[in-house]
Amino acid sequence: TPHSCKTVPGPGMGDFSYVGIDAILEQMRRKAMKQGFELNIMVVGQSGLGKSTLMNTLFKSKVSRKSVQATSQEKIPKTIHIKSVSHDIEEKGVRMKLTVIDTPGFGDQINNENCWQPIMKFINAQYEQYLQEEININRKKRIPDSRVHCCIYFIPPTGHCLRPLDVEFMRRLSKVVNIVPVIAKADTLTLEERDFFKQKIREELRANGIDVYPQKEFDEDAEDRMINDKIREMIPFAVVGSDQEYQVNGRRLLGRKTKWGTIEVENIAHCEFAYLRDLLIRTHMENIKDITSSIHYEVYRVRRLNENNTAVAHANGLPQHHMTSHEM
Amino acid sequence: MAATEIARQAGEGARAVPLAGHVGFDSMPDQLVNKSVNHGFCFNILCVGETGLGKSTLMDTLFNTKFEGEPTQHNQPGVQLKSNTYELQESNVRLKLTVVNTVGFGDQINKEDSYKSIVEFIDTQFEAYLQEELKIKRTLHSYHDTRIHACLYFIAPTGHSLKSLDLVTMKKLDSKVNIIPIIAKSDAISKSELTKFKIKITSELVSNGVQIYQFPTDDETVAEINSTMNGHLPFAVVGSTEEVKIGNKMVKARQYPWGTVQVENENHCDFVKLREMLIRVNMEDLREQTHTRHYELYRRCKLEEMGFKDTDPDCKPFSLQETYEAKRNEFMGDLQKKEEEMRQMFVQRVKEKEAELKEAEKELHEKFDRLKKLHQDEKKKLEDKKKSLDDELNGFKQKKTAAELLQSQAQQAGGSTTLKRDKERKNKPWLCTE
Repeated sequence: TPHSCKTVPGPGMGDFSYVGIDAILEQMRRKAMKQGFELNIMVVGQSGLGKSTLMNTLFKSKVSRKSVQATSQEKIPKTIHIKSVSHDIEEKGVRMKLTVIDTPGFGDQINNENCWQPIMKFINAQYEQYLQEEININRKKRIPDSRVHCCIYFIPPTGHCLRPLDVEFMRRLSKVVNIVPVIAKADTLTLEERDFFKQKIREELRANGIDVYPQKEFDEDAEDRMINDKIREMIPFAVVGSDQEYQVNGRRLLGRKTKWGTIEVENIAHCEFAYLRDLLIRTHMENIKDITSSIHYEVYRVRRLNENNTAVAHANGLPQHHMTSHEM
Repeated sequence: MAATEIARQAGEGARAVPLAGHVGFDSMPDQLVNKSVNHGFCFNILCVGETGLGKSTLMDTLFNTKFEGEPTQHNQPGVQLKSNTYELQESNVRLKLTVVNTVGFGDQINKEDSYKSIVEFIDTQFEAYLQEELKIKRTLHSYHDTRIHACLYFIAPTGHSLKSLDLVTMKKLDSKVNIIPIIAKSDAISKSELTKFKIKITSELVSNGVQIYQFPTDDETVAEINSTMNGHLPFAVVGSTEEVKIGNKMVKARQYPWGTVQVENENHCDFVKLREMLIRVNMEDLREQTHTRHYELYRRCKLEEMGFKDTDPDCKPFSLQETYEAKRNEFMGDLQKKEEEMRQMFVQRVKEKEAELKEAEKELHEKFDRLKKLHQDEKKKLEDKKKSLDDELNGFKQKKTAAELLQSQAQQAGGSTTLKRDKERKNKPWLCTE
């Protein structure tokens, strides 16, 4: 039976009384509160760039790996480790399972060739796990989501340009995950140095065809584009992290105290931490997860399904086009 | 800054940590809602019920608008499902509403198969979604979901009990769709009869093991109202798009000489309860149950039917996808092969028939030739005979002329014996007169 779409003068206009369709928003909100949310953030960067501190600052609690594990004598590992720690946090009735994935050892070796490999492997393994559950016959009501929603890449504040390692990593990983580059420990750069550095970085990203979050091609409409263009003009955010509070002008603020002044973390005149927090948590969190599930994951899935089809086709001696049907 | 929240006990693998200040992820539900608003919503209702129970009118009343529709014909051979999609908007919410009507349900003399086309329709929508889900390149988030989220089952207001058609149909549908039974045109029943009727219906449903949709009571915000409403099922409704002036307001009502039934008056009927439950409180839950329960069941059964198992080690990870594809290709291949076979057979038959006909034609020709030849032979024979007769005749004529000539000569010459003798010699003895 053919479907026809007719626009009917909606309720709430003229003499019509209220139907209550918009009550669905409240129903959705209720459902979301009941189910809670999941967020998986990965932090990548050399040792000493303040990754753990930044995570703790973002989530105002001890969520980083170091807070969980005994780090009495922190040794830089000889290879890259992937360490994942999960926390249940709650705010105003909204529950979230936050997983922070740390990558100690990245970029710390003398020879850092292929250091992106274990990270790439980890990210793909999460996609694989999700896919496996999705294709089960008896599958869970809610498939546990361990996919990496966002990868924060820490750029050391050299002030000049991106290093080959940075370019190589971001080039490869931006194809499989949302990359949010940040300039770490930005309190060592003056505002002019910072702006110059940012511009250089943006140029280099463009020159190398690296699409960091928010990717231009995924802007949904004009409004989206407008908002995201503003963000794209500001990245990478220059951040400073801290979990220490200090008294400033009669208020207790998060900051870093030095002899020449106190850097207020949440003061946008001092650093761009607040922009990063707003982007990741307050405005674009849902979008980051959406892009991960409807784009990055789907790309992985298509590749995997085609891979398998080819393999099976070869095994059966069939020409490949027999297996991949009209969908392609 | 916000006060510190005490975190709850952690689930597996996660520890609960308190927050030292306002982080801001409490905006997540808003972010989610905004995304959905931009995307729009979709809701599909199936109305099952006999002709004349006011299905279309009830839909019009529920959604406060006049849905277009041609008056349905009632002379169709089976039960047809007619579906129409409408775009409604209320404040910033855009809803794509699909209303599916069963045309001709209960009209047949033999109603044994009435439920079949309904089940088939529901399954077709599940199948379409499954196909999309199994595609290699898929677009699930922009897929127009046509799966039925709620089935309003219209019970005729007889006041006695459910018809066997009702029981059979609901039993066949209860594992496939959320059923909300309603008593249609309930202004035909008095209040006391209605109470008895509802009790009878409920007990019949229970004793026949029909699982109707239960309004969810796990969320404390709506648990109370939902459980109260569960006790009022089936809802006794009255629909009307006509407005009548009551006091100084215009209300939707049905006007009779003995009084006016007000649709939105809870003392008169359960319309308001239905609207509350179906739209204002549980629309999202109906959608979710359809996806997580009914669809999953369909999917599981369909895949098991095709011979898949989760525990098969070799089959992981993609036997599902690729074997589904392979099976489909195989099926298509078989279909093609069959088609080819049939075509070959047809061609063969045609050839054979052609040969037969040619053979027959040849025979006919031969026969014709034979007859022709016979005819010619006969003709020739006759001609020959004729010729010989002619020759004889000519010969005789000549002889006669010659004889007459001799006779006349003989008469002139006083008779010539030679001629006579010749004549004698020639003529028969009895002809000789001398």
